[in-house]
Amino acid sequence: MKIVVCVKQVPDTTEVRLDPVTNTLIRDGVPSIINPDDKAGIEAALKLKEQVGGTVTIVSMGPAQADVALREALAMGADDAILISDRAFGGADTWATSSTIAAALKKLDYDLIITGRQAIDGDTAQVGPQIAEHLGIPQISYVEDIKVEGETLLVKRKFEDRSHLLRTKLPCLLTCLAELNQPRYMSIGGIFKAYKKDIQVWGLEDMKDTVDTANIGLKGSPTRVRKSFTKQAKGAGEKINVPEDEAVAIIVSKLAEKHLI
Amino acid sequence: MSKNVYVFAEQRDGNIQKVAYELVGKARELADTLDEKVYAVLVGQDMKAQADSLITAGADGVILVQDPMLAEYTTEAYTKAVVAVIKAKEPEIFLIGATAIGRDLAPRVSARIHTGLTADCTGLAIDESSKNLLMTRPAFGGNIMATIVCEEHRPQMATVRPGVMKALAADESRTGDIEEFSVEFSEADMPVELVEVIKEEKALADITEAKILVSGGRGMGDKETFDSILNPLAEVLGGAVSGSRATVDAGWIDHECQVGQTGKTVRPDLYLACGISGAIQHVAGMEGSEYIVAIDKNDGAPIFDVADLGVVGDVTSLLPKLTEAIKEYKEEK
Repeated sequence: MKIVVCVKQVPDTTEVRLDPVTNTLIRDGVPSIINPDDKAGIEAALKLKEQVGGTVTIVSMGPAQADVALREALAMGADDAILISDRAFGGADTWATSSTIAAALKKLDYDLIITGRQAIDGDTAQVGPQIAEHLGIPQISYVEDIKVEGETLLVKRKFEDRSHLLRTKLPCLLTCLAELNQPRYMSIGGIFKAYKKDIQVWGLEDMKDTVDTANIGLKGSPTRVRKSFTKQAKGAGEKINVPEDEAVAIIVSKLAEKHLI
Repeated sequence: MSKNVYVFAEQRDGNIQKVAYELVGKARELADTLDEKVYAVLVGQDMKAQADSLITAGADGVILVQDPMLAEYTTEAYTKAVVAVIKAKEPEIFLIGATAIGRDLAPRVSARIHTGLTADCTGLAIDESSKNLLMTRPAFGGNIMATIVCEEHRPQMATVRPGVMKALAADESRTGDIEEFSVEFSEADMPVELVEVIKEEKALADITEAKILVSGGRGMGDKETFDSILNPLAEVLGGAVSGSRATVDAGWIDHECQVGQTGKTVRPDLYLACGISGAIQHVAGMEGSEYIVAIDKNDGAPIFDVADLGVVGDVTSLLPKLTEAIKEYKEEK
């Protein structure tokens, strides 16, 4: 099975803090990681390869420093990696990003495409399904289990109140949840190999047969960010630091006053 | 010429979901600003009897797409139905709930239609001069908010976070048209076979519906303390128990009961935060609550910045006393 996994390098948003004085994001020193849902996608692909054989190719779109994320995926056991990188692709929204990645995927031979459900910096969950639509293949999102059954996949898809057990032919695209598995660590041998491998870098010129330049970058993006801002905190109320019995009495009287009890 | 505000009215097992009425309520406000109409798009099977409820909730009309293949959600069949309605009606705005269904359907539809889509919005308004939709959403794990516009493409599409918009009170005097919209389906519209629907075995309380939430954080110590202290307190208050991300990660409570950026947005009448420090990702999911009481032993916990009443104290000793005191108060009353 030829599997392609799409990954994004993201800032570890759990490490992002607000500057209390300027109320702006402190980005300095925030580590870059492989997006957690995507990392589960890499693990799922490696497991499938172990079961049925084949290849695992990692594709990422981003700046040159995303190379680090691709090397990590190679060290986990992926066979090769492609970085889609060009100034012309910059400033893309999900439509333009998915159009660009789909254009790259059209140059590859694949049976299965795996993406993470969503990236922790953007939280949109849109790029995976949009890639599937651009490629004209079915998608199954929010995947929590994958089984190979002959020429088909039996996939469990999670909703809030239920799951669907779905059978799909290949090719198809799956977007998977971080809960799907526990990604393996890089092996020492894997790290060694990863730094000897070449990562292909594809720019606009390399993709000219499959990309529509009207659909890429900032210009090809239907949406624009009008403004961004940090949230105004709701004003703090009253804070008390009194003996326990007194505190309990104050809480009860406040709840009674508000007709909550 | 694009016109009117359309809402995808999600149903499961033939029941229209709460988020549909929330979207209709917001769409009503947007449409009134634009001097346009609100239509709900109801996709399913045998849904006609419920269509009226969308009109009493604020819609001017309902577009009903029905087929046996639409009884349970599948990506391709629903995409086909919604795309057919958009192509025929040319909406100015199309809103979809940001549920597991909505966030599967909306990107597929937007890619097919070639329009922009803004994910998981928590604020929607009409720009006074351009009349474009201003779509505001959290990003960067809730650390920043961004306002997005879609100027050149129509419809302007957004998924909207459940629990954020307010449904209008049902007005039985409202009237509207119910249009049965026909879409032909074939085997080709089911590229993925639905083998089985597995319902969650345990019926978890829907924390977005609760009027009172007793919410625990890491400060509760361990699962046993979490359960033995919070359950009786929630019971005496007539509320439900929820938790922070840390408690879900620790396995103390189910993910369905998680409040915050990666969980659910709640706005109960009372939110009682117990041993929750108040990371920005958590606050993003509960700051809309009417009245917030926070109890934490750390005097500097950020939760106190959003609490109406902050109490510095030890949750494990204070909360059992609070449970008793509330019980006594209720008995006296």
